[in-house]
Amino acid sequence: MNDSVARAGFSGTGDLAPGQRDESSRRAFATGLGAYLVGLALAVGLTIASFWAADTGLIYGPAVKAALVTLAIAQMGVHLVFFLHITTAPDNTNNVLALAFGILIVFLLMAGSLWIMANLNHMSVPMNELMRMQR
Amino acid sequence: MSASDVTLRLPSSPVALDLRPAPIIEPSEATGHGEGGPAPKRIVVSYGFWIFLLSDIVMFSAFFAGYAVLAGNVAGGPTAAELFDVRNVEIETACLLLSSFCCGVATLAVEQRYERLTQVALLLTGLLGLAFLSLELREFAGLIAQGAGPSRSAFLSSFFALVGLHGAHVTAGLLWLGTMMAQFYAKGFRPDICRRYFCFSLFWHVLDVIWVAIFTIVYLLGVRT
Repeated sequence: MNDSVARAGFSGTGDLAPGQRDESSRRAFATGLGAYLVGLALAVGLTIASFWAADTGLIYGPAVKAALVTLAIAQMGVHLVFFLHITTAPDNTNNVLALAFGILIVFLLMAGSLWIMANLNHMSVPMNELMRMQR
Repeated sequence: MSASDVTLRLPSSPVALDLRPAPIIEPSEATGHGEGGPAPKRIVVSYGFWIFLLSDIVMFSAFFAGYAVLAGNVAGGPTAAELFDVRNVEIETACLLLSSFCCGVATLAVEQRYERLTQVALLLTGLLGLAFLSLELREFAGLIAQGAGPSRSAFLSSFFALVGLHGAHVTAGLLWLGTMMAQFYAKGFRPDICRRYFCFSLFWHVLDVIWVAIFTIVYLLGVRT
């Protein structure tokens, strides 16, 4: 209780901690539960769509990869908004900026590794040819 | 020397000490934008933990990159399509998603100080997490039993490293969850206990976000190619 008492003096311009909803919606249990249920429904829908897209013949084969990645990113977004309460509201600036930096590093690490390793594979002599050259 | 003179000069020290109390910063005036002093502890603790979680995600991305690079190097051994059971992954996903939802309900219960609902929701969170973990361990045991252990190929090494790292996080999360239930039971909704709990809830939700990446990249895309 002490924390919310300490926060009672807030005019509403203060920051929100990550995972915390704003003051007005924090009071009601029912609205909070409703938001979590919406999040759960969206996440379940996207999960089912992912597993369906993975082994359906209805989607053009080479496009399935893109579809799965898109569905995964959408589901991560749902988790961030409905479960972690990360939004783009002004009281969330710090949280969302930290997240953006994290995503930048993740992107550099993944894309950089794949790019470099694909290049190395492309430039190097395949193992069976290397064996033939040594003979 | 008058009584209202609050500076004190020690005989051995030439420096005058100011004994007036430091100005007290009201935490309730803080906006977190640098005005009115430091932000309340609740925000500082959660934000610090959020930064830790982001660094954890960066570590996971290195394991993901390793897996993505090595996924094709099966060394003549079994491939992802031959090994993975998508049905099992579906059940695991359902367990973890429902566990994350129960954790959300527990967060609401903690905010409202509902004691019994907190314990019930946390118990469900833990049981679903335990179900996920046992399914994952059964899958690992099955793979190792059919000779597809981590030492079989680079693909399997990176698979066990990535999915095992997530499993290790879930195990640590379950221990933390048990500790939180015990602390709520023994100490009640003290502010410091609640701060710990909010950190735990962030941790648990982030594990579910990472699992979304795992079931898409490792299992669904792995089985297709």
